[in-house]
Amino acid sequence: MEKQTSQLTVKASLDCLPEVQCFIDRFLEDFGCSMKTQMLIDVAVEEIFVNIASYAYSEEPGNAQIDVSFDKNESGKDYVRITFSDAGIPFDPLENEDPDISLPAEKRAIGGLGVYMVKKSMDQVFYEYRDHLNKLTICKVLD
Amino acid sequence: MTIRKELNGSSLVYQLEGRLDTNTAPELEKELKQDIVPITDLVFDLKDLDYISSAGLRVLLATQKIMNRQGKMTVRNPQEPIYEIFEVTGFTDILTIERD
Repeated sequence: MEKQTSQLTVKASLDCLPEVQCFIDRFLEDFGCSMKTQMLIDVAVEEIFVNIASYAYSEEPGNAQIDVSFDKNESGKDYVRITFSDAGIPFDPLENEDPDISLPAEKRAIGGLGVYMVKKSMDQVFYEYRDHLNKLTICKVLD
Repeated sequence: MTIRKELNGSSLVYQLEGRLDTNTAPELEKELKQDIVPITDLVFDLKDLDYISSAGLRVLLATQKIMNRQGKMTVRNPQEPIYEIFEVTGFTDILTIERD
């Protein structure tokens, strides 16, 4: 598959989550990726976008930009790469400690699951702060 | 998301259909709050649930904690991708999951 890219800029607000997911899903559906992989990517997209919408901007909500591309990795496999950029408070969500998932329900914390799910379900997740932007990128090989 | 309820004495079945995400999880939480006080046997039928994110998992975990004190809770027939999410998050150890 030829390298393809697309970009969406939306207000960093929870109302825009369906629009962001539709944008990503259209891309994945064109590729014909499995339902399982599509859902794992959708979940990761939701977790990251909801974090930006909830925490990135302290007063006036700013924008979030989403860049998506398909490409082949070194071993010739197709993968999708999605980068979320926002101009909010510099914050690396990957620094949070992982929740202890071996604890029983009583002792499990309600929070902290989102980022953990992203880390576990994607092939690569990385954060950088560049040009006054938070940039969080996820990559997933498509099957 | 659509919620169908079947109440039988102190047993309650919630059949969830569609998406349990950031935008729909609060609705489920609200319904549960109203319904589960007298319930000792709660079942979530997930056969027609297509999607769950951490917002949905949070509601399941909070409800499991309540049901541990007053009875039991069972999650029935999650679709494969949703089961995978349960595995990734360790929820397969917390929830009682029944699969046909």
